[in-house]
Amino acid sequence: MAAHGTAQQHPIGLYLKVWALLFVLSALSYMVDYFHFQGLLRWSLIVVLMLLKAGLIVAVFMHMAWERMALICAILVPPVALLVLVGMMASEAGYTFLSRLLFFR
Amino acid sequence: MSSPATVIPMPHGEPVPVPAPAPAPAAASGWRQLVADWSADRQAFHVSWGKAMMWIFLLSDTFVFGSFLTGYMTVRGSTTVAWPNPSQVFALHIGGSDVPLILIAIMTFVLITSSGTMAMAVNFAYRRDRVNAAALMLVTAGFGEMFVGMQAFEWSKLIMEGVRPWGNPMGAAQFGSAFFMITGFHGLHVTIGVIYLIWVAVRLLRGRYERSGNYQIVEIAGLYWHFVDLVWVFIFAFFYLW
Repeated sequence: MAAHGTAQQHPIGLYLKVWALLFVLSALSYMVDYFHFQGLLRWSLIVVLMLLKAGLIVAVFMHMAWERMALICAILVPPVALLVLVGMMASEAGYTFLSRLLFFR
Repeated sequence: MSSPATVIPMPHGEPVPVPAPAPAPAAASGWRQLVADWSADRQAFHVSWGKAMMWIFLLSDTFVFGSFLTGYMTVRGSTTVAWPNPSQVFALHIGGSDVPLILIAIMTFVLITSSGTMAMAVNFAYRRDRVNAAALMLVTAGFGEMFVGMQAFEWSKLIMEGVRPWGNPMGAAQFGSAFFMITGFHGLHVTIGVIYLIWVAVRLLRGRYERSGNYQIVEIAGLYWHFVDLVWVFIFAFFYLW
């Protein structure tokens, strides 16, 4: 019985499956390094495996998949601002890098 | 109680009914009024306040770690000196050969294992099985402590190899500051998490939540712990694998 109406009660088998999946995904991302994948293949594999792991942890272990839309939006939308910061700082880093190459070597 | 709707005539188009604002509680004034207004019976998130506040804290923590990782990206992208290869820096000499990144891989598996035991603890807590829930939380804390121990080993190894926040023998000077800042802050989170888990587990065993009939504190502690694992996923990808 949910004493406060929001108890997250899910079958234990689901947790075990996600747990196993996280192990496999972690092993795969370690393999990316172990087998020395390089370039675009390496970066895309790293990001895809990372996002899969992060999504599983947030959706199942942190129960976000069963929360109401109001909470999901309140938590998942603001980090978009971080992506904007990443975009701005990436261009800033590129500019600094070029300046250093031109004037400080 | 339904509030009477007033009708405001619009310059163009149909008049739009506007609900009258709910009557404000009159009695209080000053700070009491402020508290009454902010804690009035209006609810956006239909979860307990503890859970909502944990989520909001985790959102703010997301910005802390997001800013650290963005800063790391910026210094790594702007340096003209070659970045040390993490695959070699974090290799361990095992059985006559260097295994790349092996300690970090083991730390990753330890943390994921702890996340699994935490999820099981939450499950047992909602079945009101407090002994199993507390035992699994203590196991989780044990894995967390193991993680911190391995991190201490990793730090000592790098410090002995001459890595400092202001420089290192392997390459770009910014490597050390980014490494100590990001993994140090994450390790601090794990340490606090271990203390938090033990604290909740002890209260669980003493029957505190049995009396109040509310076991949600275990899920809230679990949220924090899974977040620590989540942050490690990003650190592992961007700092160690990139």
